[in-house]
Amino acid sequence: MIRFDNVTKRYDGAREALKGVSLHVEAGELAFLTGRSGAGKSTVLKLIALIEHPTRGSVTVDGRNLGKLKDREIPGYRQQIGMVFQDNKLLADRSAYENVALPLIITGTGQREIGRRVRAALDQVGLLDRERYPPRTLSAGEQQRLGIARAIVSRPKVLIADEPTGNLDPDLALEVMALFKRLNEVGTTMLIASHDLHLVEHFGARRITLTGGQVLESSVAPLTESSGASGP
Amino acid sequence: MSLSSWLTRHAQNAVGALGTLSRNPVATALTVTVIGIALALPAALGVLVQSGRTLAGGWADVRDFSVYLAPGVGLDRAEALARELRVKPGVESVRVISADTAVAELSKDPGFAGALAALEANPLPHTLVVRPLVSVDGAALEKLGAEVQKSNGVDLVKLDLEWAKRLSAVLDFLRRLGFITGGLLIAAVVIVVGNTIRLDIQNRSAEIEVAKLLGATDAFVRRPFLYLGLWYGVLGGVVAMLILLVGLWALGEPITRLAGLYGSSFELGGATGSSLLAVLAGGVLAGWGGAWTAVARHLAAIQPKID
Repeated sequence: MIRFDNVTKRYDGAREALKGVSLHVEAGELAFLTGRSGAGKSTVLKLIALIEHPTRGSVTVDGRNLGKLKDREIPGYRQQIGMVFQDNKLLADRSAYENVALPLIITGTGQREIGRRVRAALDQVGLLDRERYPPRTLSAGEQQRLGIARAIVSRPKVLIADEPTGNLDPDLALEVMALFKRLNEVGTTMLIASHDLHLVEHFGARRITLTGGQVLESSVAPLTESSGASGP
Repeated sequence: MSLSSWLTRHAQNAVGALGTLSRNPVATALTVTVIGIALALPAALGVLVQSGRTLAGGWADVRDFSVYLAPGVGLDRAEALARELRVKPGVESVRVISADTAVAELSKDPGFAGALAALEANPLPHTLVVRPLVSVDGAALEKLGAEVQKSNGVDLVKLDLEWAKRLSAVLDFLRRLGFITGGLLIAAVVIVVGNTIRLDIQNRSAEIEVAKLLGATDAFVRRPFLYLGLWYGVLGGVVAMLILLVGLWALGEPITRLAGLYGSSFELGGATGSSLLAVLAGGVLAGWGGAWTAVARHLAAIQPKID
């Protein structure tokens, strides 16, 4: 479902963020992307979200080589990818309902269908009773769950998340991860960037460990100190 | 996307843009007033030019010239000459005033009635009144007069060329002034709207970034701002119409009174329905255009990012 073939990314005038990275996430798989800050985790997600383009190599998502997508095809591609961000990127002046409805409004979904799917997504993350609340009135955990509801409301085949538990306390982090696990169980392919090794190990999914812009290892085994990743 | 979804989307954007304006009433009122004043000025100049034409008795009347036939030339020749002139290039119409008609008209004037009664025969010649086409300029009018003068049976062509040239020059000047002023002020409206939309784009950059990240197309992102520009134009056009109507109402009577003191029957013309519609259309086009220039320049610069 997600394939990186020998991908190198060099930012203007800076070091290489990724050096010949090759990785593969199967359809329906839940994989974690781990590594220290600056290891290249966010760059991998940016390349999948088409916020950045590789300097060399190719990125393929759901059979589409992203390097060959035309500019006008990018919005359509992004509509099929669910994204969860560490800072949520919620719209402060909109209600929870309106935030979750945004991806469906963008795709031109009918009002009745929007209402049905938004409430289903809010129900899935346990925020149905908060639909009229603006994000600032919600707790950090609720905001993160709201971001997840927005990412899943359009039923994406692929969901990527960048440090989705970074701002949460351990209990909330577990709660959010459990939500991801449930979504994965219904067939959504997931790639979650996280530096929280304890949390990753708790779920026993495959880890792809990056260090210095290269894939160090890909395994489900507990990491050793030499892996370069750090715990919380 | 279905047609109903598409229409719903546009309706939502249009209403949403109105909501954006209503949430900032003071800023909106100031912007709309500036647009209204900018649109009202060229429109007022247009009304002035139109009234100037009325003052001169109309474009066509003032450029009419009289062709006096020689004494003894019959009415048949006058009719024949009229037919010849009607097919000449640059001639719109020719009217024949027979000597009998002319003397009858003159007899109605008490100042002439006595003198005419004392004469044994009608001293007036048959006359043709030639109306040139509006497109005929001063030089062409002079040439046309000279040609008519050479026609058989013509005694005198009375062409008030100086007056025609002067009026033509004044109206041409005012018309050009109107175009230049109008062009500059429409450009000012485009800039005002464009700058206002630019600020709005900056204020909503986070929202735009998120929308693009979620797959919003350029058209989706652009649409609310275009409706915003459209509403600025519509509201500015309405303000301009009000300024025009109130201004004409307030100035009409004093101007008529002033003209009366100089023996003129000049009246400031009213704004016609078509001129008011033109003001509104100008506002809509300028508002829409200003929004386009802003979104074309600034939306592309906002690209999604993950920190």
